[in-house]
Amino acid sequence: MGNHSDGSPNHSGTVATAGQNAVEKFQDPGLPPHRLRLADTDPRAAKRAERQVAILFGISVIGTVIFLVSYFAIDLHTDGSIATIRTQNLLLGLGTAFAMLGIGTGIVHWAKALMPDHEVSEERHAIRTEEDRQAAVRIVDDIVEETGIKRRPLIRNTLLGAVALAPLPALAVFGDLGPRPDDKLAHTMWAPQDGKLKRLTRDPDGTPIKASDVTIGSAFHVIPEGLNELPEGKLSAKAKAVVLLMRLNPEDLTISKGRETWNYNGIVAYSKICTHVGCPVALYEQQTHHLLCPCHQSTFDLTKECKVIFGPASRPLPQLPISVDAEGYLVATSDFKEPVGPSYWERDEHERLINS
Amino acid sequence: MSASSTAEVPFTAKTKVGRITDFVDQRVGGSGILREFGRKVFPDHWSFMFGEVALYSFVILLMSGTFLTFFFDPSMAETHYSGSYTPLYNVEMSVAYNSSLNISFDIRGGLFFRQVHHWAALLFVASLGVHMLRVFFTGAFRKPREMNWVVGGVLLILAMAEGFTGYSLPDDLLSGNGLRIIDGVIKSIPVIGTYISFFLFGGEFPGTAIIGRLYVLHILLVPAMILLMIVIHLFMVVVHKHTQYPGPGRNDGNVVGYPLGPVYAAKAGGFFFIVFGVVALMAAMFTINPIWNYGPYDPSPVSAGTQPDWYIGFVDGALRLMPGVVNDFHFEYIIFGHVLTLNVLLPALVPAGIIFTVLFTYPWIERWITKDDREHHVLDRPRNAPTRTAIGVAGFTWYCVMWAAAGSDLIATHFHVALNDVTYWLRALFFLGPVFAFIVTKRVALALQRKDREIALHGRETGRIVRLPHGEFIEVHAPLNDYKQYRLVGFESPVPLPAEPNEHGVVTRKEKRRAALSRWFFEDRVAPATPAELAAAHSHGHHEAIESGDEQRTLSH
Repeated sequence: MGNHSDGSPNHSGTVATAGQNAVEKFQDPGLPPHRLRLADTDPRAAKRAERQVAILFGISVIGTVIFLVSYFAIDLHTDGSIATIRTQNLLLGLGTAFAMLGIGTGIVHWAKALMPDHEVSEERHAIRTEEDRQAAVRIVDDIVEETGIKRRPLIRNTLLGAVALAPLPALAVFGDLGPRPDDKLAHTMWAPQDGKLKRLTRDPDGTPIKASDVTIGSAFHVIPEGLNELPEGKLSAKAKAVVLLMRLNPEDLTISKGRETWNYNGIVAYSKICTHVGCPVALYEQQTHHLLCPCHQSTFDLTKECKVIFGPASRPLPQLPISVDAEGYLVATSDFKEPVGPSYWERDEHERLINS
Repeated sequence: MSASSTAEVPFTAKTKVGRITDFVDQRVGGSGILREFGRKVFPDHWSFMFGEVALYSFVILLMSGTFLTFFFDPSMAETHYSGSYTPLYNVEMSVAYNSSLNISFDIRGGLFFRQVHHWAALLFVASLGVHMLRVFFTGAFRKPREMNWVVGGVLLILAMAEGFTGYSLPDDLLSGNGLRIIDGVIKSIPVIGTYISFFLFGGEFPGTAIIGRLYVLHILLVPAMILLMIVIHLFMVVVHKHTQYPGPGRNDGNVVGYPLGPVYAAKAGGFFFIVFGVVALMAAMFTINPIWNYGPYDPSPVSAGTQPDWYIGFVDGALRLMPGVVNDFHFEYIIFGHVLTLNVLLPALVPAGIIFTVLFTYPWIERWITKDDREHHVLDRPRNAPTRTAIGVAGFTWYCVMWAAAGSDLIATHFHVALNDVTYWLRALFFLGPVFAFIVTKRVALALQRKDREIALHGRETGRIVRLPHGEFIEVHAPLNDYKQYRLVGFESPVPLPAEPNEHGVVTRKEKRRAALSRWFFEDRVAPATPAELAAAHSHGHHEAIESGDEQRTLSH
């Protein structure tokens, strides 16, 4: 490539090289001469600057007063309306802003207009001196020598072994931060309890849903029966069990082998937990029959058993097998046939466990 | 002791402050420190203030955060809201969310402090980022400051961790969904992911432990580490003395600027109040994180357009850009009966991994390529290091593409375009954007160098058009004074360093690679003008304007 674009005129065959000045360079002319400010030459300008600084400090005092007045004069307890809180927030903020900006701009103006503005040049010193370096190296050598660690490898090796193992208890003590995962992620609340199938109920009030309530095109946010009555771990149970319930024209559904009995007259239930990283797949596009996750825009096609048609998810949403009970309420005929939510290392193992 | 001997010195301070200083000094012996620092010279430039903004926002964070801890209760126990915000009256929620609402609505100034804290946090990470860009583009990371650059990188990671743990604390719907995404990402980690998730959340997500644990990290562990890193950072700044921009009178052997006392201290101290004032102004007038609109965390609902705080955006954007399925190819594998979910793992770890690896190692990479072991205290103007500047802009562009992707849904709704198209375009830009940015930036930098050269050789345009006796029109150029001239010519312009044999006379493969990189770095270059060239340009006399046109062609062919 040569010097084809080195920018030197075509007669110049030489270029400046790092560190070695093959070519004569411009000499550093030194610091430019200092220019006096107006306040340096004109006492009236200096006086004016002084007054300006004082005014800025005065503004700060006003800001502090605004803060104190709005803190004590506005009482949230007699009138806790949003408008009051907003007004107080604004006044406290403006008071603080004036108090701070007054001091800040005042000091900076003082420094720029009235304090000496001569630039000073100071020598840099070497970070270390050669003498120090040699002394330090000698000290380190002596220390190593006096310990005799080189001559006694037995001591060295046992020490290394001990030090390498010593942190293990520090790791082990975190063992009780949480329980072992075991197969907890494989099951949800939908599993029939004592042979009784769980009803699909509305989120959040927990009222059961009749198949006849679900008209074509409608969608329900669903939780399992009994979730709200759980004494503890309600949110953790809900985080796995939430379901979306929709009704489509049965002809629109593509049903794979083994899932023929999982829907009821075109009513289908799918896990609401995205298979990507677990956000609730909360958006149902009624016209296109697409489910969309608002977090990362994974899109699932409801007519194709929630196959991924766009976005970062890689697996379809798990389907919940449903039917109706004697009273006409929708029930889950079993738990999900695969773990819900984001993928994890043992997921495939759990899926086999569920289906065995 | 020695105090008595000091007292005998017939020296009395002129001012009261001086006498107090003397009193303290006689008891603690601080005069050595004061002598060293009292008049220490600091160079002045607007771009040096980003680091100051970061430091001051951190101080504001410590102060406002301490206030908030007096009222915040990080418990996930269930309670029913009974405060003054009526829309949530009697809603079941965690104690943490309840206390966050109480801070906002029932404690005077609580909302203000919450907003100051959140705005200052956003400003803290932003100023850190801009400060690091400044350091990168001016080459301030070069010897002897490589380690301080690394400390800065660690600070950036800590700041992001501090921010994430912080905005998860109120336990509102938005932050709960953020935690859920983190849980999903953790679960994708091979072998130990599920265990980490269970250990972090104390069982299954969301459990009842996470807020308390994040709280300890947020108010104790991470801030302590940030504080430690800041101390190390500033200590090294003192050891190295500050860098300075190139210019007349400035070189690697000196430092030109204002003495710490009084001018620099006044400006820097005053600037703290200005930063505080601006943060207060934002907190007064702009709502940030209105948790009362989101409601308590519940795994079922989610609001559309959810986004993390801006600095986590690039990771979230990467998660959005990665396709899970391409045609029928799934990015989730099952190997030996275990699930490897690359559609989560890759975007969560790889871009951030690449960015921080390059960031941490860049000083050593450039040092290896240039074989430059000298100390550098004078900064580079970004245009005078075209390849480095281009690398920086390429990286920044890559980051920005991912960051923009975190708002893909909002881009789609605001500009009325299809969400899918936004994602497709951003996927393309993810790969092409950095390449394009590199090429454009390098060309721009070289063009700016040529312009500098042009001005140095032919003076500045005066705008005065003169007609010559034979009818030709020329524009008169005025020569620069020595100081302005030196600003344009006083820089180093390294040439490619060819491969050199080692002590055995062998040119190793590694050395050849280094030479290739050196060529890539420096082969396109615009050398600074030399006095000889200036003399030649002047001898052209009245034909300057025409000549400069010719030369432009020579320079850019």
